[in-house]
Amino acid sequence: MTSKSKRRTYKTLLIVAVIFILIWCIFPFYWAIISSLKPNLELFDPNPTFWPKNPTFSNYVKVFQERPFHVNIWNSIVVSGITTLTTLIFGSFAGYAIARLHMKGKAIVMSLILAVSMFPQISILGSLFVILRKLGFINTYQGLILPYVAITLPLTTWILQNFFRDLPKEIEEAAAIDGCSRLRTLFQIVFPMSAPGLVATGLLTFITAWNEFLFAFTFMQKPDYYTVPVAIAMFAGRSQYEQPWGQLMAAAVIVTVPLVTLVLIFQNRIIAGLSSGAVKG
Amino acid sequence: MKVKTKETVVAWWMVLPALLVISIIAFFPLFKTFYDSFYKFGLRPDIEKTFVGLENYVELFKHDERFIAALKTTIIFTIVSVALETVFGLLIAIVVNQPFRFRGVVRAAMLIPWAIPTAISSQMWKWMFNDQGGIITKILETLRIIEPGVPILGLPNTALWAIIAVDVWKTTPFMALLILAGLQLIPEELYEAARIDGAGVMQRFTKITLPMLSSTIAVALIFRTLDALRVFDVVFIMTRGSVGTETLAVYNRVLLMDRAFTGAWFGYGSALSVLIFLLISIFAIIYIKSLKLKLE
Repeated sequence: MTSKSKRRTYKTLLIVAVIFILIWCIFPFYWAIISSLKPNLELFDPNPTFWPKNPTFSNYVKVFQERPFHVNIWNSIVVSGITTLTTLIFGSFAGYAIARLHMKGKAIVMSLILAVSMFPQISILGSLFVILRKLGFINTYQGLILPYVAITLPLTTWILQNFFRDLPKEIEEAAAIDGCSRLRTLFQIVFPMSAPGLVATGLLTFITAWNEFLFAFTFMQKPDYYTVPVAIAMFAGRSQYEQPWGQLMAAAVIVTVPLVTLVLIFQNRIIAGLSSGAVKG
Repeated sequence: MKVKTKETVVAWWMVLPALLVISIIAFFPLFKTFYDSFYKFGLRPDIEKTFVGLENYVELFKHDERFIAALKTTIIFTIVSVALETVFGLLIAIVVNQPFRFRGVVRAAMLIPWAIPTAISSQMWKWMFNDQGGIITKILETLRIIEPGVPILGLPNTALWAIIAVDVWKTTPFMALLILAGLQLIPEELYEAARIDGAGVMQRFTKITLPMLSSTIAVALIFRTLDALRVFDVVFIMTRGSVGTETLAVYNRVLLMDRAFTGAWFGYGSALSVLIFLLISIFAIIYIKSLKLKLE
């Protein structure tokens, strides 16, 4: 093979591979959008088309009319939002203490926190259910927020303490010499400087809470308390055999579009955050 | 010295909220699960709690065929999906490491499968696997891979593959991004030097790329194994664990949340929870050990 034809084979292979990767990543999402726009008759056409012939938004209207989907979205926003705020506050306090302050048993504290990230959720599901039931927390927001804070704290604390460690120490030392207290230094200097790190970890926490299924499915047992993943998993039509796929896909698209947009905007930070969490530990 | 002591007190106050939450929500329930696994009882108040020692564990291994089946399914699922994810992830990482136009766009698109909640992507795929109007069913029928009218998610030998496909779809791009981060750390000079010495593409791959990536791949692999062993969402949503797709976590939830309300199954379910915890701990310890190696 001449080097010219070698180059051409390389180029063709590369293009084919890239197209394959794009289809892999996008097609299911694309298909959900297309299906959500098809009227029912077209949806079950034995020869499905890759483009809706008579696009309609009726599925998007029905999803809010026939079920409390807006309530489910609100539940998810409240639960994920409060989880994110709480985890960021607890995680940055713990992360800062571990990164910067003099403290015996630091390594043990960090290992204890990190160990939780390895816990299989199913192993604590039963006991947690019993505890939450005793507290009267089944079918309440706090009954879901508390477990979510616990499962998102490890990664948040770890990423944030890595982040704080990389900040220039001199600024904090200068503040201390000027008589600035530890807490003031933290709120007026460290947190503002860490804004990018806080945003990225906050987003990861939010996504984890937004996507969680097993706890939500077990601790929220009434449709009005379902979060989005549970509502979508429990989606049902009038009869057991009649799944309203068009509506289901509309619901899936409604909650996925904002999430995907957020992820695409913050992609670099997310990848950096995740690889520091997963690769470095 | 006094300043140091004061600082230590502040530090402990700062880690306290985090420690409290994980103690109450993670460590205490875990301890309680271990404790409960030695008892026979249910969640109905009229069933008396009796100490049975290791009986629940013995029962699981000796007489519970459903447990053995779930264990097998979980192992098959883990081995096949993690293997496929690693191989495809490596290939995709190499492709998106090549220079080409719109590379940034492709890398961004790779985050989409990961960002979609598993509960939602499982439903998207369930629709594509549907026997009526499902696009994948249609394609497989046209290619004559399956007979017309075969319900992919309704048959034992196809349903598990469909579930594995969804997991591979979701996780491979993410795996690729992790491996890509490792690829970018390999100095270009190594390849230059090898090229000058006359090493071919395959040789450069096996002698430079793979060895340099081994620790990244090892870490990603164990991380994924931890995840795959506790798989719940995708299985539960696609098949509810029917037709031989039930994994340990799915069976465990049935015991703890369905059967425990009708009979004395909660302690038994707790024993299974403990086993899952121990199984995953083995891999977690390997994971932590491999990280230490990397740090040294």
